[in-house]
Order: sequence, then structure tokens, then C-alpha cells
Amino acid sequence: MPETPSGASTATTTAAAPGVPTSTGVPPPERKPTVVERSQFQLVLRRFRQHRLAVAGLVVLILLVLLAYVGSAVWKYKFGAFTPDESAPPSFEHPFGTDSTGKDQFAQVLRGTQISLQIAVLVAFFSTLVGTVWGAVAGYFGGLTDTIMMRVTDLVLTLPLIAVAALLGHSVGGTWWLISLVIAGLYWAYVSRVARGVVLSLREKEFVEAARALGASDARIIARHLVPNALDAIIVNATVLVAVAILLETALSYLGFGVTVPDTSLGLLVSESQTALTTRPWLFYFPGLFIILIALSINFIGDGLRDALDPRQPRARQ
Amino acid sequence: MLAFATRRIVGSIPVLLVSSFVVFLLASLAGNPLGPLLARNPPPPPQTIAAETARLRLDDPLLSRYWQWLTGLFHGDFGPSVISTLDIGTELGARFLVTLRLIAVAMLVALVLAVVVGVVSAVKQYSITDYSATFLGFLFLSMPSFWLAILLKQAGIGFNLALGDQVIFTIGEATPNFQGSFWERIGDVAGHLVLPTISLALISYAAWSRYQRSSMLEVLNSDYVRLARAKGLSRTTVLVRHGLRTALIPLTTVTALDLAAIISGAVVTEQVFQWRGMGDFLLNAIRTDDVYATMAWLLVTATVVIGFNLLADLLYAVLDPRIRYA
Amino acid sequence: MTGNSPASEVVLEVADLTVGFPSDDGLVQAVRGVSYGVRRGEVLGIVGESGAGKSVTSLAVMGLLPRSAQVSGSVRFRGRQLLGAADAELNTVRGRNISMIFQDPMTSLNPVYSIGFQVAEAIRAHHSVSKAAARNRAAELLELVHIPNPRQRLDSYPHELSGGMRQRVVIAIAMANDPDVIIADEPTTALDVTVQAQIMESLQTAQQQTGAAMVLITHDLGVIAGQADRVLVMYAGKLVEVGTAEDVFYTPRMPYTVGLLGSVPQLDRPGTRLISIPGAPPSVLHLPAGCPFAPRCPLVVARCTEKEPVLEPTTGPEHLAACHRSAALVGAAPGDVFDASASAVVESGRDA
Repeated sequence: MPETPSGASTATTTAAAPGVPTSTGVPPPERKPTVVERSQFQLVLRRFRQHRLAVAGLVVLILLVLLAYVGSAVWKYKFGAFTPDESAPPSFEHPFGTDSTGKDQFAQVLRGTQISLQIAVLVAFFSTLVGTVWGAVAGYFGGLTDTIMMRVTDLVLTLPLIAVAALLGHSVGGTWWLISLVIAGLYWAYVSRVARGVVLSLREKEFVEAARALGASDARIIARHLVPNALDAIIVNATVLVAVAILLETALSYLGFGVTVPDTSLGLLVSESQTALTTRPWLFYFPGLFIILIALSINFIGDGLRDALDPRQPRARQ
Repeated sequence: MLAFATRRIVGSIPVLLVSSFVVFLLASLAGNPLGPLLARNPPPPPQTIAAETARLRLDDPLLSRYWQWLTGLFHGDFGPSVISTLDIGTELGARFLVTLRLIAVAMLVALVLAVVVGVVSAVKQYSITDYSATFLGFLFLSMPSFWLAILLKQAGIGFNLALGDQVIFTIGEATPNFQGSFWERIGDVAGHLVLPTISLALISYAAWSRYQRSSMLEVLNSDYVRLARAKGLSRTTVLVRHGLRTALIPLTTVTALDLAAIISGAVVTEQVFQWRGMGDFLLNAIRTDDVYATMAWLLVTATVVIGFNLLADLLYAVLDPRIRYA
Repeated sequence: MTGNSPASEVVLEVADLTVGFPSDDGLVQAVRGVSYGVRRGEVLGIVGESGAGKSVTSLAVMGLLPRSAQVSGSVRFRGRQLLGAADAELNTVRGRNISMIFQDPMTSLNPVYSIGFQVAEAIRAHHSVSKAAARNRAAELLELVHIPNPRQRLDSYPHELSGGMRQRVVIAIAMANDPDVIIADEPTTALDVTVQAQIMESLQTAQQQTGAAMVLITHDLGVIAGQADRVLVMYAGKLVEVGTAEDVFYTPRMPYTVGLLGSVPQLDRPGTRLISIPGAPPSVLHLPAGCPFAPRCPLVVARCTEKEPVLEPTTGPEHLAACHRSAALVGAAPGDVFDASASAVVESGRDA
């Protein structure tokens, strides 16, 4: 690539009157810096803000969270409550209509959104935690430890996740947090691959050697040095994972192996309404739309984070 | 090259073995095959329960059961199903062929689509085409496959109504008891394949096209592409001979890695379109706590995935001379 | 700038070339009004620090800049205007009349095609010859650049060759079609010093075999010293000194050139103090008025920060320098101009 001098240097140019002057000139006045200094965090934030879709995604997600929790709390109809209006199309009274038993669909969809968000958080937390530690340890120690640990990871990834999830989901029952654990119990494998990759490339770097020379234990090196540097890749990966996990849960629930009655899930709402697509479309479209909104906003945020944390190419102004 | 292939094949065998054990454990511990029987009202007589327990080998210790199962595999015996008249092997075999055609066609369509979209997006980076393709890709990635499938079903029905003839089928994988020539049969199968293939392919292509785009971008900005242009080769020649050829290589690994995910997708798709394929087989097996059927399904898919990964590795070695002697 | 000696023709003439790259913070002016000419058989050295704009200049000549680049000025090959020409037309010139050698040999060759294929490709891009004929020619070229066992090497892949060998393959590709101009962009920067000499030798062979004009871009003055007939010194996107190698090396008339020369250790003069030019090159994003070197120049006066100096003849009509204080440099050694008190001393080879 040609050396395109970037303007974003953090050096300031000042007039230097070097050492013993043999010149007879007058030193020129102090020059103002041509570029502004920015910290690493500010740079990341700035790049994220430039990604318009990511910002939009963030806004939508925040709105969805507010709607799901605050909205459902203040909404006059509670989830699961029967009303006398059966199979009513959308109106001011019931913005998303009602189903054949009179349950307000707005409340149902909000509850489903809550479930999806909660599962997202749980899966993200546990799979990232377990996966990062697993992958970091494997990558750091290498050799036999690495081989064995990674074979286990590979085994988990060889099996189609929906099959294993359905099997486990069927045996543990249909509460949302158990389903989250089932999903997390499978997704850590993806995170561990990423973590291992990063650790492998960082392992030979000088700062690790320096830490070792100072007498740091392996655990300390992994925790204090390797993991923080791997966070960039892991965070990006985690957001993608979260979106996929939400889709997996809805699929599981659609098939009947995820969250079940008496609770509800957006996937369950879709499966219950698929035969009514032409007669009562509101029962089908709203849950689907919400799934798309949640997953899409998370995906955009993830893309924005990827661009912000690791810009591959400087974007040229058009 | 041959040595490379042999080493990889031999290396897969222990993996398969361990997989079989894990699969066995998973299925055996996750379900109680006697459950449905015991839940019957009125409850069945104790002799029936005892007989069923023996047939399902439930009074044998775990390891012995594993050994019986494993050795049975070598002569095609996949174990006893909850449905005593069902031969797991034959049924699974038939179902396998049904699902195979869905997955094969869908993967092919997804691959071609991903390469085309990825390359065009990379070449026209930052254009409207690029942005729209990216947005669409994200949309499909965020769409639940079952929801999309249901919508496609609806669209198919509408299409047929408009045409006045049933060209596209929304239920099943073929018309039962079909009478007709060989080509008419192909047409019938194709008509049943269209919607499920679109459904399955759209989700896969989205992920792959993003990947292909970034791979292509990386290649297009590389030094060797620049040298190729400095040689005076035409833009198209550089794009195809130096750009595409090299950018396609990583896609082979990605495709292989995604096979498990595609199988997952097929399970859902088959449910929506009511195909009597592997997906339906598995879900029934789980619902009825049919341990051996579940086990068989898991083992077959694991073998297929491992085999496919092996093929992808070999293909990679053919395409990229750098790893041939590794 | 270029003397119009009737002896050999000017094959490449660059006039007032300006290149800017739009960025988030504004327009980055990588090249600001550069003009030069090269004659057949001549070796022109372009010297300057990283980011001075040397590579960008050459890429502009070849038409290989990214699409977002804003280029203006004129680039004439044998009278034909290359700037703004259609791709199809440029492709008849690229690789045939003007060829280029890039900096990093490890990434310049496509990893999935054999060496023979890539050399033959250069030939077949411009001549319709059979594959066998191209292959033979490729083997000849590899032999010319001293690659051992050239016939066998035709089927090798790039990753089987060392960096030095790969660069020689790139040189072979560059000379494949007997070009009139060979541009070598930092050909030795990415290689070990021991390999550098071999590469410079291969470059010499290439030039002698083809009789081409060579533009040698580098930040290493040592590389220039033995090879170049004329030298251009670039700083912050502009030419600051132009002249024959003798002129520039022995009678520099721009403080930056003086500083560059003074920072190169010379083993034949032990005890000489090395100087370092204080400060850093300016950001070419928002260049302030006046000479871009002013903040680091020990000879700076008020005039230097007001008006940017233009290239003017100094010791002779062919030796130009862009400096208001050229006169002050007559007879000055680097140590006189720059402060050398706190810097390294060149040891003689006997100790250590």
C-alpha cells in the first residue's frame, strides 16, 4: 500500500531552535498544533459514532429494553391475562390485537421480548466467561493441553446445535433460564476458538516475556495480560453470538423444545399463530418483527464495534 | 498429497470414536425411554414394563450398552427403537437421502449467491450496491428461519393462485404415490424443493457473502494484485485470476465449518414444510424419548460433518500450495 | 528541471504532479507539484523520509492509486499523456513500457501460482506467444537475475523462495518486455543488508540489458550513492533539491539534504560526529505557510515561515534547491549546520 500519511497523528509540531545556532535568523513564533490529541477510548467511541447503522441499532435496542420492562409494567393488560376481546385485530385498545383466548398480544410480545433479552444476557455472560477461560488456557499452555481442550471444543461444534439443544431442552423443561444455560453450554465453544486464536498470537509477544521475567504466575499472565488484549475480538464475537443465540432460542421454542407454556417466547408465539397467517395476521407478524428488530440491532451494534475496535481500512470520503 | 490425505483420514477415526461415546452418553442420559409407557393411563401391566425394559437393554450397565451398540453398528444394527416395528437403520437411510438433496442444493445456491454478492460488493465498495447488499445480508442474518419459511409458504400459495396451476408445492418433499415419467418426477421433486431451498439458502448466503466480501477486499488491496495490475493485465483478468482465485480459498473452510449449522437450519425448515426427512425423524425421536433413534441421528450427522470437514481440508490443500506439505 | 540535451531523449516527463487523499480529517496532500524527467539509460534516485510522497509519485505515474485519490498535473510517456487515460490504454503501457518493482517481495507474488506462470504471464500480457515460448523466455529471465536452477524454479511456488530470490523474480518480471522505464520503489528496504547488494546488482543487470531509464526510490542514501546519475530530494510532498549525484552529495544547497548526508555514518572518516535532524516531518494534512522544513531548520529566518521557497538554480543550471538560505550552505559541513554535540560518534573499525 502506498504510504498515505494519516492526519490523525498525536504529535504536535513546535518550533525547535536546535542547539548551538550558527544561524543569524530570528526563531519563528510557536506554531499551533495541527491535529488534536485523542485517547484510545475516544478514538473507539468516535469511530463507533461514525457507523450510522450501529448507532441506530443501539438506539433501537435501548428502546426495546425500555419497552419490554418499563412498557410492560405500565401497560394496562398483563401478560397471560385473559380479556373478553377474543381474536380482535389491532386497535388502540389492543395495539397488537388479541388471540383466540383474548390474551392481549402487546403484553405477550413484550414478555417474549423480555425473555429474548434475558436469554441474550445470560448466554453472552456465561458462554463468554467459560469460552474465554477455556480458549485462553488452551492457547497459552499449548501442547497436549491445547490439543485435548480443543478436541473437546471441536466435538461440541460437530453436532448440530439445534439437535443437542432440543434434546437437552426436552429433558430439563421449559423455563427460560434453563434454556439459556443449555444454549450457553454449547456456545462457549465458539468463543473459546476466538480466544485461543488471539492468545496464540499474543503469547509470543514481548510483554508476556517481560511479565514472566518479573516472576508472574501463569494464571496472572493469562488474567492480567492476555485476556484484556483479547477482549476486542471477544467482544465483537460475543455480540454476534448473542444475536444467533436469540434466534436459536426462538427456533427451539417454535419447535416446542424451548420456553414452553405457562411462560411464552417470541418463537412460541409464531408457532401458535402460523396457521392463522391469513385470517389473523397480526398474531404472526408482530412477534416475527420483534425478533428481527432485536437481532438486527444487535448485529449492527456488533458491526459497529468491529469497525470501531479494529479499523481495517480508513474510510475515504466520497 | 496422498500422504496428507491418508494422515487426515486416519486422524479422524479416534475423533469419530470419541464422538460416538459422547453421543451415546448424551442420548442415554437425556431421555427416559420408558417415560411414555409409564405415563399411560391406565398403567400397563408389570410384565409389559419388564419386557420393554429388557428389549431396550435398560437393565444393562451403561458401558455394556455402549459396547453392544457400537458393535451392532458394524452390521447395520442401530439398536431398538421405542416403536418396536421400526428399523432405525433403514428408516434413517431413507430420510437421509431426502434431507441430502435439500442441503446439497441449498448449499450450492447459497455459495454461488455469496460469491457473486461478495465479489460485487467488494469491487464496488462503498457504492449503493454495496450498502444495499450489506443491509439485505444483515436483514437475512437477523431473520428467524422458521418465520421466513412460513412467509415463503404463503408466497408460494399466492404464486400458484396467480399462475392458476400448482407449480410450487408447500407441503412435503414429493407428491405421494406419484405416477409419471422420470422427468415428470424430477419436476415434481423440484417443485417441492424450491421453497425450502430458498429458505435455507437465504440465511446461509448472508453470512458467507459478508465473509467473501472482506476476503475479497483484503485480496484486492494486496501487493500481488497491485503487481498484477502493474504488469498491464486487464481489470477483469486481475479480478478473476488473481483476486477471486485467492479470495475463494478461505471460503472453503467457512462452508465446511457451517455444515453443522446448515443441518440445524434444515431441521427447522423441514418442520415448516412438513418434509419426512432427518429433521422430522430427530424431533419425533426426542419427543418420544427414543434413545437409540436419537443416538443414531447424532452419530450419522457427526460422521457426515467430520467427513465433510475432511473433504474441505483436502480441497484447501489442492487450492493453496502453501499448506500442501504441512 | 530537465536539461534538454539532444544526446538521449526524455522518455518520462512528470509536470506539476499533485496528489491528495481525502480523509476523515481533511485532504492529505501527499504530493504537491512535483516535476521531473528521466532519459533512457539514466538512473534517477528519489530520496526522502517515509511519508515524503516518493511512492505516491510513482504510483501516480503507473495509474495505480486508489480511486479516491485526487490527481492533477501531467505525466507524459514519450509525449503521450498518461494521467487520466483510460484503463485499456494504460494497460498497453504498464508492464510493457513502464514497469514497477515494489517494496515487499514477500507479498508481491501471488502465493497460489508458480513462479514460471507469473513471469510468463507478464510476457503473454503484451505478446501473443505460445505458452512454451513464454516459459522459455521466463527461464532466460530468471537466469539473467542469477536465480540458480532456473528451469526447475519455474515450477516452484513463491513460498519456497527466500525474500531475496523473490525480489529477483519481481525484477525479472519488470524487465520481461524490455521496458523504457523501470521504477524501483524501495526495492531493498525489506531485505537484509547482505542481500541488498545482490538485488542492486540484479537491478543494474536489468537496466543494462534493457537500456531503460531507472527511477530508484529509497530512503537509504547509501543505495543512491553507488547507483544514481541524478538525485531528487523530496520533503513533505515537494522536491527540495535536484541535481547530479555529485552536486547533491558534495555541494548540497538545502539544509534537509545536508542533514540527511550528515546522518549517514561514513566508515572512511572515523571520529566524525553523526548529526540528527531534530523534530519530525510535518503532518501533510494542514501544512502551514512557508517552507515545511522550517520548524526543524537551524538556518531558519522570518522569510522561511512566510513564503515557501521554489526550486532555483544554485551551483549550476542543472542543480536546483528550494531554500531561501542556500547561499549560507556554501562550504558548510553537516556538523557546522546542525548541532552534533550530543550525538553518536563514528568509531573507527579497529576498536571493538
